[in-house]
Amino acid sequence: MNTAYSWIKAYVPELDVTAQEYTDAMTLTGTKVEGFTRLDEDLDKIVVGQVVKVEKHPDADKLVICQVDIGTETIQIVTGASNVYEGMKTPVCLDGGKVAGGHDGSRTAGGIKIKKGKLRGVPSDGMMCSIEELGSSKDYYPNAPEEGLYDLGKDAKPGADAIELLGLHDTVFEYEITSNRVDCYSVLGIAREAAATFNKPFVPPVVKETGNSEDVNDYIKVEVEDKDLCPRYTARLVKNIKIAPSPEWMQRRLAASGIRPINNIVDITNYVMEEYGQPMHAFDYDTIAGHKIIVRRAKDGEVFQTLDGQERKLDKDILMICDADKAIGIAGIMGGENSKITDDVKTMLFEAACFDGTNIRLSAKRLGLRTDASGKFEKGLDPYNAEAAINRACQLIEELGAGEVVGGMADVFSAKPDKVVLPFEPDKYNKLLGTDIDKQSMLGYFKKLDIPYDEASNSFTIPSFRQDLLRSCDMAEEVARFYGYDKIPVTLPSGASAGALSFKLIVEKVAGEVARYCGFSQAMTYSFESPKVFDKLLIDEDSPLRKVITISNPLGIDFSIMKTQSVNGILSSLATNYNRKNKDVRLYEIGNVYIPKALPLTELPDERSTFTLGMYGKGDFYEMKGVVEEFLTRVGINGRLTYSTDNAKPFLHPGRQAEVIYEGKVLGYLGEVHPQVADNYEIGERTYIAVIDMPEVMPLVNFLHKYEGIAKFPASTRDISLVVDKAVMIGELEDVILKKGGKLLESCELFDIYEGAQVGENKKSVAFALSFRAKDRTLDDAQINELMDKILEALADLGAVLRS
Amino acid sequence: MKERLESIKEAALNKLNSADTLDKLNEIRVEFLGKKGQLTEVLKGMKDVAAEERPKVGAMVNEARETIEAKLDDVKKALESAARNLKLKSEVIDVTLPAKKNTVGHPHPNNVALAELEDIFVGMGYEVVEGPEVEFDYYNFEALNIPANHPAKDEQDTFYITKDILLRTQTSSTQVHEMEKGKLPIRMIAPGRVFRSDEVDATHSPSFHQVEGLVIDKNVTFADLKGTLAVFARKLFGEETKVKFRPHHFPFTEPSAEMDVSCFKCGGKGCRFCKDSGWIEILGCGMVHPHVLEMSHIDPNEYTGFAFGIGLERIAILKYEIDDMRLLYENDARFLNQF
Repeated sequence: MNTAYSWIKAYVPELDVTAQEYTDAMTLTGTKVEGFTRLDEDLDKIVVGQVVKVEKHPDADKLVICQVDIGTETIQIVTGASNVYEGMKTPVCLDGGKVAGGHDGSRTAGGIKIKKGKLRGVPSDGMMCSIEELGSSKDYYPNAPEEGLYDLGKDAKPGADAIELLGLHDTVFEYEITSNRVDCYSVLGIAREAAATFNKPFVPPVVKETGNSEDVNDYIKVEVEDKDLCPRYTARLVKNIKIAPSPEWMQRRLAASGIRPINNIVDITNYVMEEYGQPMHAFDYDTIAGHKIIVRRAKDGEVFQTLDGQERKLDKDILMICDADKAIGIAGIMGGENSKITDDVKTMLFEAACFDGTNIRLSAKRLGLRTDASGKFEKGLDPYNAEAAINRACQLIEELGAGEVVGGMADVFSAKPDKVVLPFEPDKYNKLLGTDIDKQSMLGYFKKLDIPYDEASNSFTIPSFRQDLLRSCDMAEEVARFYGYDKIPVTLPSGASAGALSFKLIVEKVAGEVARYCGFSQAMTYSFESPKVFDKLLIDEDSPLRKVITISNPLGIDFSIMKTQSVNGILSSLATNYNRKNKDVRLYEIGNVYIPKALPLTELPDERSTFTLGMYGKGDFYEMKGVVEEFLTRVGINGRLTYSTDNAKPFLHPGRQAEVIYEGKVLGYLGEVHPQVADNYEIGERTYIAVIDMPEVMPLVNFLHKYEGIAKFPASTRDISLVVDKAVMIGELEDVILKKGGKLLESCELFDIYEGAQVGENKKSVAFALSFRAKDRTLDDAQINELMDKILEALADLGAVLRS
Repeated sequence: MKERLESIKEAALNKLNSADTLDKLNEIRVEFLGKKGQLTEVLKGMKDVAAEERPKVGAMVNEARETIEAKLDDVKKALESAARNLKLKSEVIDVTLPAKKNTVGHPHPNNVALAELEDIFVGMGYEVVEGPEVEFDYYNFEALNIPANHPAKDEQDTFYITKDILLRTQTSSTQVHEMEKGKLPIRMIAPGRVFRSDEVDATHSPSFHQVEGLVIDKNVTFADLKGTLAVFARKLFGEETKVKFRPHHFPFTEPSAEMDVSCFKCGGKGCRFCKDSGWIEILGCGMVHPHVLEMSHIDPNEYTGFAFGIGLERIAILKYEIDDMRLLYENDARFLNQF
């Protein structure tokens, strides 16, 4: 909301502060000023000049030489303006002065300096100005010419301050009004806050009774059928309308609010909307069939032409203003083409109503037609304000001589709001705020805010315009605002407590530390992605991964499903890096996948925290395997992990992937990305990923460490070299060795694999170093040999023979 | 005899003085102290010495041996030291050659900021908890005093799954979950992902992170809220940081405020970061609305509380001077490597 300082000052006459002081103080009492513009910021030394003589320029067809009376003297100015005439009074920027921009409407930051000089050899002592050069436009000064000098009219005095005359010694403030303060979407509301903030008297306009001796109810009959959507409807009538421009002061205030002056009737409507925050509508009375207003819901599919000439398709939840035959306006949103005011209007019906805010908001949204009026109505207006506003409008009609106001008001007030009475609870306010503000100060704040206090009942009657004051805490906020948020003490809550991360976050923190230690940087990807990712990842048509949660109003198909796997995110990020020629990239992400329990969703999905690693460039499958094992070890999963090649993932290389299994539980998987998938993502290098399902890891985590002593007795080592079929996996051999080796086998380490002619076709030679140790004694050879025999015997079952 | 010993000693010392290798040194040792060495020869000749003279001569021989041995040791040490110095000299490396870097990965800037925030609040006794990202409308809106058809629901541009289930637009939903547990007092922060249907651009993302804070106890005041957030601001942005609370409106707190901090780039003088105002808006906060407490079965006459919500990306962007929000979700290694 934008409003001129001068308009606020009209209701707080003693207000006298700088723009910055105003900004700071208003913001600290809750009426946030977003910024301000001084209209005369780039204007300097601009006076009224009267052109006394116009002569041709000897060397230029388009220029004329003018003698201009600037009050103290007559100076010579050369101009190219075509509308100059002898006797014209126009703004003149004197030597050393400043204008805001060019005559084409362009603005120059800091303004343009005007100096004495020569134009085509003829001295010129200043510049006569168009409205554009003064930083405004014909939109806001409707009597400005299409092009050329601004004509100040015959009443201007040469030498007077032209900026003053144009109403440009003013500052426009832009406010951010919070949605609870409906009353502050108006000049009066802001002025009331300003008066309270600066402790100055608030002097709102005095609205006296208006109208002739007739009664409007003899002219119009109002029926409200859908009372739920229209708590109040008021109407008044104006006869013998004389359309004319509105006065300069009204035009200036509207212009500062960003509203174009049109004519007295339209301007009064807009003026009151700004001043009171109450939108009004004017109908041409002669177009109202049966001289009857009926407020009712539209019919589904009904079509209506709004005053902007557009056809609008209505539905049964849209409230309409109708006459005896037809609809003449969409309530609270826009009037109809069929009843709009034209320049020939003779009699007009003014409407000021109160509509259901939610209904207006939803209707405007469905119609795709959000107007200034609907924007105000949707906040839920005060029904008492409608009456005040319509009377104010009629007063302005009379004051401006725009027509003859008919006496009385048609009024259907179907839902009077309940009076809100709140007790005065100073102790409660202080207890909530942590302050010690005395009672009298508090009462002073409420008085400034026009909230009447009754000493006998020790309570406040909340005025109807303050719909936000409903409970004790609301009153405490009023106290806080005017006591000053900055003066409230600074303390810390009493009592101590032990802070900590949740267990899940601790485990995730360890995952991140291990990943970074292993060279992986942290990525973050969106939780939603495209349904196309499944094809990209070669995932089967009937895979459960395709059972996804779909967003009903996504930003686009590419952001429409909640991810059920974390692979696409990491591969997409790797692809971005590959595309940008980043070498050896390693990324990890810890984030959720969203697994629905049933579709469509009736309960919340299983959000599974997933630790995903991805890399291309340096590194291979076994390095990735090392990272996974490092993480699991760090969270206390120290037992033997097994790797299964069952349950192959379609997006991984069929021969280079495995599930990570611990005590029968699948903790995750890893593998090389299928070359077809790498192609789909346009990653031109071998890419490896690992995915850990954190909810499976979580119950296995053990951060307790126990010292087990350092071995006192020596170990005995035995190296064995075996020849087996190529297809036998190292893990299978290890399983056998570990099982048969029992407690005394301390470790079994692979140290060589060889394939080649020497061991024969489809065979491989595998060498392990076995280390045996007992805690309590030195093992003798006989015992070890016995164990070795058992191991070799069992290995023989896998077809393994000792290499000779 | 004495003269002979003296001359052996002298000869040995002379030779030792001119010895320049460890090999030569060994030769000298053999020549004088070895089994067939000169001093050994003298000892062998002891039988010819008168018995009463023997101890005296013996002492003289020992003296000569000790002298030679001491010298031998000195020279050996000197030679060894020279040899080591020579070796060290030959091993000089160019210390300006590039370091062999350990390729340690980098945390995401969001996480750097989050870790700082968590440390600060854990230090003040807050538990760090999480809530669901796919959430019931009730927790995201209704239980936070934003009933059906409330304009705030429109303002937040919500992604819906069904009529009742949505992607949470604010971590404030976690407040409700914590309050419903019925365990009081509460002192928690809840970091997490939130979603709003904003098109992606330099300052908007449809997915971003917030950190919610909630304290509920007997006698919690607005002054406590101010104090807590002032401590937070000083820890995060530096001890000189000043805070300013401005009245604001949120449906789930009353009174409500927005907190600005003195610009940590210019110290409040005014610069491009703070748009010349000297202040930067950091978070929204307020006293938990009594109706919100009531809906979660907490008696507002007994308990009060405060809540605050911090935009994590906003902190990261401001603190690390990131000029485009899209960078946070591209995961370009050249970007991540800077954190």
